[in-house]
This record gives sequence, structure tokens and C-alpha cells, in this order.
Amino acid sequence: MACPPPSQISALELLGFGECGWGISLVWGLGNSIVIALGAYSLGFLIGIGGAFGKLYGGPILKDLLAAYTTLVRAVPELVLILILFYAFTGALNEILLSWGYDRIEISPIVTGIVVLGLVQGAYQTEVIRGGILAVPVGQLEAARAMGMPSLTMARRITLPQMAANALPGLANLWLNATKDTALLAVIGFSELTRATSSASASTKAFFVFYPAAMALYLIISLTSTLLIGRIEKWARRGQRDVRT
Amino acid sequence: MRFLIRPNTAAIKPQPPSNQAPSTLLHNPDDKSVTPPASLPIYSLAKPIPGAPNLPKQRRDHMPDQGSTGASQPIAIRVSALRKSFGTHEVLKGVSLTAREGDVVAIIGGSGSGKSTMLRCVNFLETPSGGEIEIGGEKVAMRAEGTPSDRRQLERLRQSLGMVFQNFNLWTHKTVLENLIEVPVHVLKIPKAEAEARARQLLARVGLAEKEGAYPAFMSGGQQQRAAIARALAMNPKAMLFDEPTSALDPELVGEVLQVIKGLADEGRTMILVTHEMKFAREVASHVIYLHNGIIEEEGPPDQLFGAPKSDRLKQFLKTVG
Ligand SMILES: Nc1ncnc2c1ncn2[C@@H]1O[C@H](COP(=O)(O)OP(=O)(O)O)[C@@H](O)[C@H]1O
Ligand SMILES: [Mg+2]
Repeated sequence: MACPPPSQISALELLGFGECGWGISLVWGLGNSIVIALGAYSLGFLIGIGGAFGKLYGGPILKDLLAAYTTLVRAVPELVLILILFYAFTGALNEILLSWGYDRIEISPIVTGIVVLGLVQGAYQTEVIRGGILAVPVGQLEAARAMGMPSLTMARRITLPQMAANALPGLANLWLNATKDTALLAVIGFSELTRATSSASASTKAFFVFYPAAMALYLIISLTSTLLIGRIEKWARRGQRDVRT
Repeated sequence: MRFLIRPNTAAIKPQPPSNQAPSTLLHNPDDKSVTPPASLPIYSLAKPIPGAPNLPKQRRDHMPDQGSTGASQPIAIRVSALRKSFGTHEVLKGVSLTAREGDVVAIIGGSGSGKSTMLRCVNFLETPSGGEIEIGGEKVAMRAEGTPSDRRQLERLRQSLGMVFQNFNLWTHKTVLENLIEVPVHVLKIPKAEAEARARQLLARVGLAEKEGAYPAFMSGGQQQRAAIARALAMNPKAMLFDEPTSALDPELVGEVLQVIKGLADEGRTMILVTHEMKFAREVASHVIYLHNGIIEEEGPPDQLFGAPKSDRLKQFLKTVG
């Protein structure tokens, strides 16, 4: 490497994609963060839908299990959860594999990250979606029931779209949380944006270049999300009158 | 005076001297979409709803001694010894009702007397605590404690009953047309184009042809209720259940909805109608049930029930509701 000492490189070059820049590493980290956030959020959404319906309509055992899950996950700091789940998840999986006579495997950190953050997201989304379902006017469901709509069709065609309008602000918050929670994965050595930033600044001592750059990238994610969420919310609230008028 | 009193019942109350056509009386001036041609009230449209029972129109001009269509018609809905409790509160204490095809059974009674509960037990929106429900000659399978035991049967029977609620309950995330085709397309699996064509016919019939793309929240109560009636009709039901269809409406919007219901009655539709509109009940019903505290205090043909009530409670009730 023919790079001069970092103190002699311009900030732009440090952030650039050239031989002496850290651009590729940062963008890679950003990509990882986004992939994990998307994956975790989607997994959380599936858990949330199932969890909400389970909590509302499930049997007593399912309800208790779900209550334990949401209570525990929401009570424990996410960082602690990530550490526990990371070691527990990989550990338990390998235990199972070994006991079935397979070799232990290395699980890709991306998958681990998605599963761990997805479980956290699932607990919060369960509650937000449950609230959204509870806020659906009972008459909307009675009309469907009275017309002989089977319950699965009703959940899909009536309950979920109605829930969406109610739950969207809460779900949007959780999406922003998901993007930021990816940073917590730095503690398990996963090279998402925060970890990439920290490595770059540690090597170059150019903290005041890389951290503001990371901040800007997080801000871009957030602003883009807000823009998109606004559109989705408008669509989900179609048919509703604006409360502000 | 919101609706036309038919000549055979007009003797009871003198009509105000009016030579206006009934449709003009019913017409809400702000609402262009309901305006029927002056000579052609909605309820006498030349073309009947497809699938509507084709009963002789005279059956509504009931014989004085015979409240309903007569024993010749098959039974559409039968409720036998129906009981219903909410916790320890017994709301229905063994009520029965028979609606033959073409009958219009009106249920009247004070607030809290159990009218809605009785109607909602017919399609099991409320689970009866005892008794039997029979729809189209088919007994609804029930467990001992009253819960329906055959989900598929219940869904099928519900599809043959069109329910109209006090608060319309149109699906707010769907346009009017989407509301009408929802169950036909996604439950009854009718091809979308066919369902839409039929839905448009129904919307035209209730005077909402221009509103098919509107969302319910942006329509008047009367328009929403007419759309809700069209939605129920879109399933081509064998009978209609109305739970106080005009009670949530501003007074000036009541007429347009009653007119649509009247049209259905004239067409020979079977229906059970819970209502506070006594004049209307008298006009359209073939049989009237007066419910008080969860029992049927008195029942009979409308002229008898309204003209010569026997029980003191009913007399009192009729006095208070005017
Ligand atoms: N879901 C319910 N839970 C408890 N009580 C109810 C419920 N629905 C109705 N009731 C009670 O049952 C009685 C009859 O109600 P309802 O059938 O709605 O009367 P109506 O329609 O004649 O005004 C009322 O006393 C009401 O409070
Ligand atoms: Mg009621």
C-alpha cells in the first residue's frame, strides 16, 4: 500500500472509493445494515401478525406463551438480548445439529442478525398490531361475518387492511428503530455501518470525518423511510376522512 | 310525512291535503343521485332485481284476517323458543317467529326490549342460549349451549341472509363498488366482471349509480345505508334482516332509505325488520311483533296491532312513540 499517513489525506479521499479511501467499507456496512433491518423487520412483521392474532384469538396456552415472549423481550435491554440471543441462538442450533449427528455449522452473521433483531421486532410489532386490530370498529367485522365470510378471508380482506391504517404510525416507528438497532450488532463483531465506521476511524484516527459521514448515512435512511412511509400511510388511510379538515 | 301511506291503510290517519307525488315528498333536494323520475318511484322500477322472488304484488294487500302470505308459502325463517342471556341478564325469554317467503315481519318495541338481539340471533351474530333457528327449512346445527356446531353450514346459511345494520357498517377501506363485489367475488367466487355488472345494476336501483367510486366516509348517511342495502342484495339473499336501518339517520334522510326498503317489500322480498318507524311498519309489514322485556307481548297483522292493540303495554308504547 502506497498510501500516505492518514493525517495527510484529505477528508474526501478518506471517504472515497480510491485505494486509500474507506468508501467501499462504509457502503458495504451500510448495505449490511439495510439488509439486516429489512430482514429483521419483515421477520418481526410475520411474528407480529401471528402474535397479535394469537394473543387475541388463541387458546390459553398460546396466549400465555406470547405474553411471556412480549413481556420478556420488551423488558430486557436490546443490547443484552442481542448478546444472549446471539450466543443462545447459535449455541442451541449447533447443539441440535450435533445431537442429530450433523456437524456444527457457522451461521452467517447476517442470518443471526436478522433472527436476533427479528425476535426483538416481533415482540414490539405484536403489541402494535394487536392494538391496531382492537381499534377496528366491531361493525366492520360483523358485516363480514353476517355475510358468511370465512374467518381467514375476513382476517385477510377486512381485519388486516383496517388494522394497517391504525397501526401504521407505530409500525413506522419500529422500522426506524430497526434501522438503528442494527448498530447494536457491532458488539457481536458484525460489520454493519457503525462497526465499519469505528474500524475506519480507529485506523485513521479521523473520527471527525467518519462519524459525521455515518450520521449522514443514517439520516439518509431515515429521511427516505419517512418519505416512503408517508406514501404508504396515505394509501392505507384511503377512504378515511382527514381528522384535521 | 315521509312516506306514502297506501290507500288501504290510510283510513286510520287522515292524510294531509297533498297532491304532490310521493317521490317528491321523499326527495332530498341536496341529493341529486336519488331523484327518481317524478312519475316513477324507485320502488316501482319496471325491472326487478335479478333473482328477486316473483310473488304476486297483491300479497302485500293482506287480508284482514290473515297477517302473512298464508300457509302455502315455504318457511324462510323460523325462530323457535329462542332464549338469550348476557351473563345473568336474560334478554330473550323464549320468543318465536315464523317468516314465510314473501313475508315482511316487523319487530317493534321499546329500547332494550331485545329486538336487535332477537334479529342478531337469526344469523348467529349473537349466540343463542337456547331454542332453535331454521333458515330455508334447514335447522342450524347447534351445540347444547347454543354455539353453532357446523361452521360451513353457518357460513352458507349466512350467505342467504342479507343483513342491514343501524350504522351501515360499510367497509371504510373500500369504495362502494368494492363493497358490493367483496363477498360475491372473494367468497362466492363469482367472476369479477359479472359481479361488477350486477353491482352496478343494484347501485342504479338504489339511486347510487354515480357513487360507485366513492368511499363510504364521504357519503351521507342515507347514501351509505342505501349502499349497504345494495351490498346485502348483491349476495342475492333469500331474506333480508334490517336492524333499525333508519335510526342513525338525520330525519330528512330517512325517507330515501325507507323508499328503497318499501321497494324490496313490494317486490316480494322476505324480510325481518326491526324498526321504530311505526307508520312504515304498518305500511309494509305482513306481520308485526311487539317485544317487551324479552317476550312477545302481542303480535298480529299490522292493522290489528296498530289499529286495535289489546295489551295495555302496547297501547302505552304506541302512545309514546306517536
Ligand atoms: N353484548 C351485550 N352484552 C351485554 N348485554 C347486552 C349486549 N347486547 C345487548 N345487551 C342487553 O340486552 C338488552 C337488549 O338489547 P337489544 O337487543 O340491543 O335491545 P333493543 O334492540 O330492543 O334496543 C339490553 O338490556 C342490552 O343492554
Ligand atoms: Mg337495537
